[in-house]
Amino acid sequence: MPSSYPEIYFPILVQVLIAIAIAAGMVVGSWLLGKRVRTRAKDMPYESGMVPVGSTRERFSVKFYLVAMVFILFDVELVFLYPWAVVYGELGLYGFLVMFLFIDLILWGFYYIWKKGVLDWSREEPAGSQA
Amino acid sequence: MDAVLFLVFAAIAVACGISVVVQRHPITSAISLIGVMGALAVLYLLLGAEFLAAVQVVVYAGAIMVLFIFVIMLLNAGVEPPGGRSWPVRLLGLPMLVILVGLLSFVIRRVFAGGEEVRFGAFTKGGPREIGRLLFTDYLLPFEVTSVLILVAILGAVVLARKEID
Repeated sequence: MPSSYPEIYFPILVQVLIAIAIAAGMVVGSWLLGKRVRTRAKDMPYESGMVPVGSTRERFSVKFYLVAMVFILFDVELVFLYPWAVVYGELGLYGFLVMFLFIDLILWGFYYIWKKGVLDWSREEPAGSQA
Repeated sequence: MDAVLFLVFAAIAVACGISVVVQRHPITSAISLIGVMGALAVLYLLLGAEFLAAVQVVVYAGAIMVLFIFVIMLLNAGVEPPGGRSWPVRLLGLPMLVILVGLLSFVIRRVFAGGEEVRFGAFTKGGPREIGRLLFTDYLLPFEVTSVLILVAILGAVVLARKEID
């Protein structure tokens, strides 16, 4: 059983190094071993796939931004749940009430975005904006 | 060993930070920012803040990077044209940097004169258990106020983007 911090985190360091080595190895390996044949079909964005239509440089709908924003906020909420879950056994009912108050306020925010239709992706896009 | 780890990851953080500023394409800058955040997480870990290091990766490198990428997509930001720097920037940039670094190192040496070296593993109270105990006893009010903050942020995000949705 590893006890000290360096011992506990050494496997993670090894894993990160292996991950970097595999990623770099694949790129370098294919660069060294692969043949460089360029044809029209090969240079297409999706080889043997669908033919791209139009420009890729289109503005995305603000909905994506909203979803990302809401995701961050609920992510921050979840971060607080983690230490709470670890010490829940010690806190008991007090811990439940404290977290209930916390979650309750945020659930009102969830209710608000639900009613505002932020999570509703099936609605028709208004003219002029691109999804 | 500790000093080597610190220097390696501090160097990675600074190199990625310079890359964020220097890159011409915003997506490349954003990916460099992931490097900064990952290196910062390791620095937190070296200080013994285990939970903070994990949160740094999950929230910053995860959620906040997604937001940045979506903002880049939303603004449709392309490659930035190489722009010439104005003459005050050329003239004063380097001296100002030297003065700033000098001042910072002077103040840090003054304020933390009696500081001792941080050893990796010397401080072990940065785990979720210790944070949870403190959070739900001594820091209960800030914790509950955070939920108000999150609520206000949700309302703010929706109100700001509502014009585009409706």
